[in-house]
Amino acid sequence: MKRILALCMAMIFAFAGMAWAADDTVRIGVFLPLTGQNAFGGQLELEGVQLAHKEAGTVLGKKVELFVVDNKSDKVEAANATKRLIEKEKVQAIIGTYGSSLAMAGGENSEKAGIPQVGTSCTNPLVTQGKKYIFRVCFIDPLQGAGAATYAYKTLGLKKAAMLVDVASDYAVGLSSFFKKSFTKMGGQVVATLNYQSGDQDFTAQLTKIIAEKPDVLFIPSYFAEGAIIMKQARELGATFKIMGGDAMDNPEITKIGGKAVEGFVQTTFPYHPEMKEMNATAKKFTEEWKKAYPSKEPNVNAALGYDAYMIIIDAIKRANSADPAAITKALAETKGFPGVTGSTTINETHDAVKPVGLLEIKDGKNTYVGEIAPEL
Amino acid sequence: MNVETFIQHSLNSLTLGSLYALIAIGYTMVYGILRLINFAHSEIFMIGAYFVFWGVTLTVLPWPLVIVLSILLTAGVGIMVDRVAYRPLRDAPRISALISSIGVSFFLQNVCVVFFQAIPRAVYRPDWMEQPLLVGNVRILPITLFVPVLSVLLMLGLMYIVYRTKTGLGMRAISKDIETSYLMGVPVNRIIAITFGIGSALAAASGIMWALRYPQLQPVMGAIPGFKAFIAAVFGGIGSIQGAVVGGVTLGFIEIMTVAFFPDLAGYRDAFAFILLIGVLLFKPTGLFGERAEDKV
Repeated sequence: MKRILALCMAMIFAFAGMAWAADDTVRIGVFLPLTGQNAFGGQLELEGVQLAHKEAGTVLGKKVELFVVDNKSDKVEAANATKRLIEKEKVQAIIGTYGSSLAMAGGENSEKAGIPQVGTSCTNPLVTQGKKYIFRVCFIDPLQGAGAATYAYKTLGLKKAAMLVDVASDYAVGLSSFFKKSFTKMGGQVVATLNYQSGDQDFTAQLTKIIAEKPDVLFIPSYFAEGAIIMKQARELGATFKIMGGDAMDNPEITKIGGKAVEGFVQTTFPYHPEMKEMNATAKKFTEEWKKAYPSKEPNVNAALGYDAYMIIIDAIKRANSADPAAITKALAETKGFPGVTGSTTINETHDAVKPVGLLEIKDGKNTYVGEIAPEL
Repeated sequence: MNVETFIQHSLNSLTLGSLYALIAIGYTMVYGILRLINFAHSEIFMIGAYFVFWGVTLTVLPWPLVIVLSILLTAGVGIMVDRVAYRPLRDAPRISALISSIGVSFFLQNVCVVFFQAIPRAVYRPDWMEQPLLVGNVRILPITLFVPVLSVLLMLGLMYIVYRTKTGLGMRAISKDIETSYLMGVPVNRIIAITFGIGSALAAASGIMWALRYPQLQPVMGAIPGFKAFIAAVFGGIGSIQGAVVGGVTLGFIEIMTVAFFPDLAGYRDAFAFILLIGVLLFKPTGLFGERAEDKV
């Protein structure tokens, strides 16, 4: 008797739950790394998304509900996260994620289920290549690698490069190969390429070998977790060469962790910085809103991308006049000149955003926006 | 590779190996006495480093005092873990305590994520530690010399305790035969608590020195070094303190020298540690210094 009663109660709750998943809300899922290696980037992007959600909480007269799942900087968890968002929370669009490997892992489920996924800062081309439902608001790595190579070779005149690559990260492997391609095409020489694994803390063996090859610049397409220690260890071993990196190195703590070792470090990034000289209207608004909401934290480009990802979905829903996943997908693919914080966003045929490549340099202990570079492809 | 580069690599290997050795001692002592592999040990290592971070950022106490307090606090945490998670399972099948230790490991890691957040944190290093010493073309950070020397001192201290004191006698008795030790009036629970305390203190010392050598803190920082130290302990013969030390230093050398001589294999660096583990288990499961456990009738 008790069992039948329990079964009835369970069924009542299940049906009630399903009734509440009605059509009067728009459900957007978010999967980001909130713990683990990439927690920092994920946290910032989430805050950008939440800021945008605060500003644009309704669309087409319906309230927007955000469902946030932590992908723990782990590929398996990323796949679980999107599965959960699609099957349990029944979202109509997904935002995510920081980390190309994670975006690819999670994207498998979104693609299969036909739910549009908008990536924030995942730059490896494979994330959207050949996919119908995956998009992103950032540029892709061939552009970034070429930008870094152009700046190193043409602007700074550095002819010999070495690379230290994280073999466990699709982002690092991809970006390093694009850098190498562009750099050698311009006439530069890559004298050494050494590997490590995400999570490693000791790079002395690899760095000692690199220093022996006497490069002019060391390119480290790594995540900030390893980047600061690599630079510190390189300087401790007596390296005087320039060190450059990619967008995943962005982290305000870098000067605290790296100290003097990170002085002069240059990285490519997305074209937003709170102190950039020419800010578009959306960027100005975003910076103001951020300072109001988080007065103790500097606005950061990852947050800007999170904000853009959310806003672009809302814009697509408005244009499609529907919150149906297929309609959102079609509208996203047709996005032209959307005014984002990170610049005017047009989604091209491979579902990527075409944006200029920005440069950040650490001068006198501060991360300064140096300008933009036109990559020579 | 010239002589100077080789010396550079050797010093790095010695430092890394000493750090592994200190952690491995904790694993081996607990196994020797309780036949328990304490998976939470890698988190104790991490907590030791974090206590220093907390102490430095939240208090105005002088840095050396913060270090001493952290080591003592971490020893306390280790003793508490035994009291709460292992002592109640003393009479249960061995696997229960093992599973409990895995649970404690996850618990401690996630508690730290909650308290300290997952962002990598900077480690305070006094200025004199930041200046490398130059000997010819070899650049040595003071910490690279400091670690092996301090580790040797700690190990000598430990050997003194284990072989020259009554507590140490008790530890050796318990590792030989716990039942008889109870019968002979050895204060078993107290000695086990002291063992955990010492093992945890050594892990904390290692964690603090690790954080000084690789100045970045993350709640997951203990997982891989802890696991490698465990491999070192198995390699040296789990249950033997000398084995843990030799195993730790050897593993440090293997790790760094493989990358030094075969830089193309640098991405597989961790794999070598695991290959060593498999090799040891296949060919000499008792390790270098381990004793064959023979059942005497």
